[in-house]
This record gives sequence, C-alpha cells and structure tokens, in this order.
Amino acid sequence: MSPTRDPLGRPVVAVTGIGLATPLGFGVAESWAGLLAGRSGIRRITRFPTEHLKTAIAGQMDLPEEAGRGPFSSPERVERMAAMTTEEALTMAGLGGRTGFPGPLFLGMPPVEVEWPQRLDLARKIDREGALRYADLVSAAEGREELFEGFLFGGVAARLADRFGTRGAPISISTACATGASSIQLGVEAIQRGETEAALCIGAEGSVQPEALIRFSLLSALSTRNEDPARASRPFDKTRDGFVMSEGAATLVLESLESACARGARVLGLVLGCGERADSFHRTRSNPDGGAIIGAMRAAIEDAGLEPGQIDYVNAHGTGTPENDKMETLGMRAVFGDAPPPISSNKSMIGHSLSAAGAIEAVFSLLTIRDQRLPPTINHETPDPAIPLDVVPNVARDAKVQRVLSNSFGFGGQNVCLVLGAAP
Amino acid sequence: MTQPAAPEEVWITGVGLVSSLGEGAAPHLAALERPVPQPVLDEEGFAPFPIHPLPPLDLDRQIPRKGDQRQMEPWQRLGTYAAGLALDDAGARDRVSDMHLVVAAGGGERDVALDEQIAAELARMPPERAGHVLNARLAGGLRPTLFLAQLSNLLAGNISIVHGVTGSSRTFMGEEQSAAEAVRVAAARLREGRGGIALVGGAYAAGRWDMLLVYAASGGLWRGPWAPLAGRLPRGGMVTGSAGAFLVLETATHARARGARGLARIAAVASTAARRRGEDTAHAAAGRLATPLLSALRPGYAVLSGATGMPVPTAAESAFLAWLRDAGPAQGAVRFTADLIGHSVEASFPANLGLAALAIGAGRQPQALVTGFGMWRGEALALLEPVTEGAAA
Repeated sequence: MSPTRDPLGRPVVAVTGIGLATPLGFGVAESWAGLLAGRSGIRRITRFPTEHLKTAIAGQMDLPEEAGRGPFSSPERVERMAAMTTEEALTMAGLGGRTGFPGPLFLGMPPVEVEWPQRLDLARKIDREGALRYADLVSAAEGREELFEGFLFGGVAARLADRFGTRGAPISISTACATGASSIQLGVEAIQRGETEAALCIGAEGSVQPEALIRFSLLSALSTRNEDPARASRPFDKTRDGFVMSEGAATLVLESLESACARGARVLGLVLGCGERADSFHRTRSNPDGGAIIGAMRAAIEDAGLEPGQIDYVNAHGTGTPENDKMETLGMRAVFGDAPPPISSNKSMIGHSLSAAGAIEAVFSLLTIRDQRLPPTINHETPDPAIPLDVVPNVARDAKVQRVLSNSFGFGGQNVCLVLGAAP
Repeated sequence: MTQPAAPEEVWITGVGLVSSLGEGAAPHLAALERPVPQPVLDEEGFAPFPIHPLPPLDLDRQIPRKGDQRQMEPWQRLGTYAAGLALDDAGARDRVSDMHLVVAAGGGERDVALDEQIAAELARMPPERAGHVLNARLAGGLRPTLFLAQLSNLLAGNISIVHGVTGSSRTFMGEEQSAAEAVRVAAARLREGRGGIALVGGAYAAGRWDMLLVYAASGGLWRGPWAPLAGRLPRGGMVTGSAGAFLVLETATHARARGARGLARIAAVASTAARRRGEDTAHAAAGRLATPLLSALRPGYAVLSGATGMPVPTAAESAFLAWLRDAGPAQGAVRFTADLIGHSVEASFPANLGLAALAIGAGRQPQALVTGFGMWRGEALALLEPVTEGAAA
C-alpha cells in the first residue's frame, strides 16, 4: 500500500483520466503517436484569408461539425474542444456519468470578446445614414441573448459545468501561457485542502482568428516562416524566429490517490508538486536574472519534496521565441547546474496552444512516463551555442523517466511549473 | 508551505476602493450612512444607458512611471490604482515580494474608433472581400500596446510590475462570480498556511461601449433616467458603475507580527453556481450557502447586497433574504450597493466586501453579510465581523 499523504500531510493527487485534442489529431492516441513520430501539425491557415498578414501559418484545428458553415467563434471552439477532451478523460477515468462529476471544474481558457463576424453582422443590420457609431452596434445587439451568453467570460465554463454536472462554481482562469498549468494547480490545491476528492481540470484554446494573429504579430512574437510551415516552430534552434499560434485542448481528471484506489481506478500518474512565481520586470519579457522562472521551477520541485537531481526530464515551455528559449536555458542551468536532465519542446510539433499548452504538456509528460520515451524537439538543425542543453533533437528516444518537470511561462510574468510522477 | 496546527483566521487589513463617489474610506462611509442615495451619474455619455463614471484619478500617485501609464488603458489603470490604495491602506508595501495576487478580470478596452471605422467600411462590402480588407485595416490600425492593455491577465501583470507583487499571480474570469471565487480561494489558501498575505480584487470601467454591447445583448440594461434599484422592479434593469476594488487579506498571525490593524475578520466566504432552471434556483443555492452561517449571525446584522437589478437574480435574492429573516436572527438594514456606486461586475463583490470592512472597521456595524447574485450565474455570500482581539496591536 503506497502512502496516500505526501510528506506535508496533504492528500496525494492522482491523475485517473486524460483527454487530448491537438493539431496532431483528436484523442490521446493519435496526438501522442504523432508527437513520438516527430510529426508537425503546423500548416497554412485556411480558416480565413491571410493577405496582408505577416504570419499565415498556425496549428489550426478544424472541427468536424464546422464543415460547410462559417468558422466557430473562439469561445464556441474552446467549448467544443474542451467537451471533446473531457468526454475522453471521463471515459478513461470511469467517472461522471448520470450523477455528474463529483468535484469542481477548473477551466483554463483565453479571454473572450465579441469577434468580427458578430460585429459585422450587427453593423449590417444598421439602417441609418451617416457615420456608424458604437451606440448603433449596441442598439442592434440589444436583446440578442445568444450574443450575451455566448460571449460572457463565464459562459463557456458554466455550460461545461452544466454538461458534465460538476459541483459548485466553476473557475475560469487566464494566466497567459501558463493558463493550462494554473488550472491543474487549482485542482491540486482543492484536493490538497480537502475541499473535494476529485477535480476536472481543462486547458483549451481556439484563437486562430485574424485579430488575435495580428495582435501577436505586432508584438513580433510569431514566426514568419510561411513557406515551410512544418519547419517554422524551432524551439532551441539557433535560427528560431518566434512561436507558431495553435489550438487544442486537454483535460485531466484529478483525484485524491486514496479515493482513486478506493474505487479501484487505474492511476495514470501523480501530480507531485506545483510552483509559481510572478515576475515584475516587463509585460512581455522576463527579468534578465531569470529570478521568477528559476523561482517557479525550484518551488515546484520543493513542493514535490524532491531535489533537482531527482527530475529525469523537463517538458519545456520552449516556445521558439529567441527570448523564451534563452531564459529557459538560464533557468535550467541555474536549477540543475552543469548536468541538466534532457529537455524537449512539444511546441516544435504542435505549436503554442497558449491557454491549453500547460494542460496539453502535462498530459504529454504523463505519457512520457507511461511509455518511458522522450518526445523530440523537431526542427533542430542549427544548434545554438548559447543553449548547452540536451533537447532530444529530432528523434524520440527511450529513457528511464519517473519524474517530469513541466514548465509554463507567461506574458505578464505569470510562471507555473508542475512536477508529474509515475503511478505508485 | 508550512501547515498551521489549526486553520488561520483571515483578516482584511487593507481596502483600496475607487468608485464614482471618489476614493478611500470617507466618501464611501458617508454614502453608507446617507438614508437616500446620492449617486454620481453620467446619463448622457452612453445614452440611453446611465452609468456611474470614473472619478478623476491622480494616476501619478499610484502609477508613478508615465511609461507604465501609457501601456495601460482606463480599466487596467483603475485596477492598478485601486491595488496600490489597498497596499497603502494595509501599510504592506514592504511585503509585496511574498504577496499572493488573485485578480478577477474581464477584458480591456478595444480601440472603439477603429472598430467603428472598420465596421462601417466592411458592412457595405461583399463578405468575400471583407475578409481581405479586415486584415489590412487591423494590421495597419491596431496599436501594438493595445493588445497588452486588452489582455485580461495583464491587470495582474501590471500590478506585479507597478507595485512589485510577485508571490504568485492568478487571474479568474467570469463576471461577478470570478471575484467571489478569487476572494474565496485567496482566503482558503491563507487559512491553510499557503503564505501570510494576499491581494485580491478587480476593476470595472463602466464608460465603455465595447462592454455595454455584451451587457445590452442580455436585454437587461436599464434605459433612461436613473432610478434606485427598488424603483426598477419588477421589470428590472442594470446600471453599471466604474469601480476598482482591492483587498489586502492577511492571516491574523501575519498581521499581528507586523503590527497591522485588522479592519474586519472574514468569518465566512462561500460561493456556488446554480443552473437557475427547474429546482436548481439561485434562491435555493444561496440558502444552502447560508445554512451553516445561521448560528453565527448576530441580531441586527447588516446586509450589503450586490444585487445587479437583473430581474431573475434580484427576485431570487429578495426571496432568499426573506427566508433568512425567518430562519435567522433579526436582520438589520439591507443596502443595495448598486444604488450607491452602480453594478461593477468583476469589482462588485470585492467592492462590497470593502464597504462592509470599512463600516465594521469604523465601528458602524456589528456584523455584515455581503451577497453576490451574479447577473447570469453565480451566488456568493461573505460574513464579516469585527476583529476581536489584538485589534489595536
């Protein structure tokens, strides 16, 4: 019988269900197979015209039910993908069903706003001479309850909570690129506090639309290698030129180990620790001393009751921006010294799924432990002498992996790291 | 984390409150004492919808660098400003590096003029051409800094940058309920020993067409001259108000150790989200939250109601308060804070907790129950009490 309390006396948190939707495929099996094969899910954007855009590639996810109609809005895409991965995770966990899910919902998702198709739809209804004013749009929107419920910030989570019968008030969280990891952290804390025996944690992203793409472009954050999409996302490579926006979702069913064992559930792995640290340096850059990144990595390892030397592999934040990869390298060397464990970036294949990334990467970390196989960093063609790390270049390989550190570092200085471990 | 032997008591040791009435304790305590509300209104700027506008802010006092001010729009500035007021009120500027931050956020300002211009041009265009032109207009017209000013989590980001709050940073989204959960989670973490001090709150800038668009779509915005909440029923209607509201929460141990005064003790904070259909009503959900509090309620407890004015939740709250009058001790005065400062969505629950803490801290109330029935979803309650011992430390 393995201990069901951690060294701090808190309930040990197990993962009993996972679900994935990534640009490599719908479902855990297809996504993971693509990742191990070193396949890229990045391609030319077909959802909308890309004239006048510096970046015309993304990890665009088309949903089957979108065929033959206009594209879904971001909240609708997020909701549908989150529902899909949650169905998969609940089936695996054998939880939910008619009585509903026995715990709260934590949803990592992007901020929501009325988008251009809706705005233009309102504008076309205005029958008035002279310059168009916002007041006219508002007047055309009055009483359109589907707009209200569709674009409320709490709307997606409320509908998912209703669908899966989760308990209490759902929490929607946004911590930029750390969002997916934050949703898991909230679930872990709720179980550790004894508020619940189970938590449903989701990260979902569906923001490949013109305005979001342009906004990131204006920050010079995106790769512009439009001619060769599969080779555009190049984390840790010397020729990296930015990240590639993508979409996707992941769901994790968390349970106290005690409760999972009591109901005879299959435990896929454990969430051993969570660490976070905010940066006060700049809106889009880390402090050059790496303090917050290092602090978050160390805090997660310490929260797991481990020493850095006990981490076997790091699932990188690894966005492929010149800045991130340099800072992450600094963090790796500071935390692990001269002999850091191997680190690879899933984003080389699936791009940066922003609000979903932390959750997707936590699932991939668990699969890495399950299969004892490290997914590669593809497009590693020109090593960067400033990055003295084993990035598992280009080809997956077998390794002995018991504990994984998964990094998530966000714009606005929000950094969250998770330590995932093998099932006892 | 180190686990305390027993759950820690959590105090409110700082209130940072800005509303149409002004900033800080004085104008808000005065408004609570006035029997007939004297709201500050703008009935023309966003007609037909009245709003409670932002007061003039001396931004330099809380956001000293002009560069920081330029990186934000009014919503983030308001929140960052109110967060600074809370830190000052708590005398906790020297504790920011280990302070945990939970922000309830909506979205930041859009470029309204650009939206109007693009919408006007594209509305008259065949859709297949509109997509191309949209790209050109956005790529040429959007300011790079505006993206960061729009991002929900960048209110927290700015609070970290301007005030140095770096213990942790979380942004909850989802209208009123996100703030109730923010306070609940922040308090629960302190209670179990995850840190000693936290900053929690939100902001809402009411004078924004882009936000009014979403709320107008509900059909529930009040139109025409302002009326107090009771006068808007039964049809109901919401009048939005600008507010920035942040609270410094602290364990009693942490506050005592640094000699900080507690304005009020959080005796309870709880929230849930009824589906609001069939038997799963907001009234019943709030009743379940209140049941464990019945024995703690003292005769004459004040109610600071966050009622929005939207018909369904406002009626549910009336029924809930009536039930509470029957089930619990004698109820004191019920104040609708929307009559004082308007409904401030994400800022509403922390603003109402702030008002309650100020009233209790000033010795004006023996106990206050704060309610938060969201316009669409979410039911929340908090019970605040005077800090009993060590208050003068």
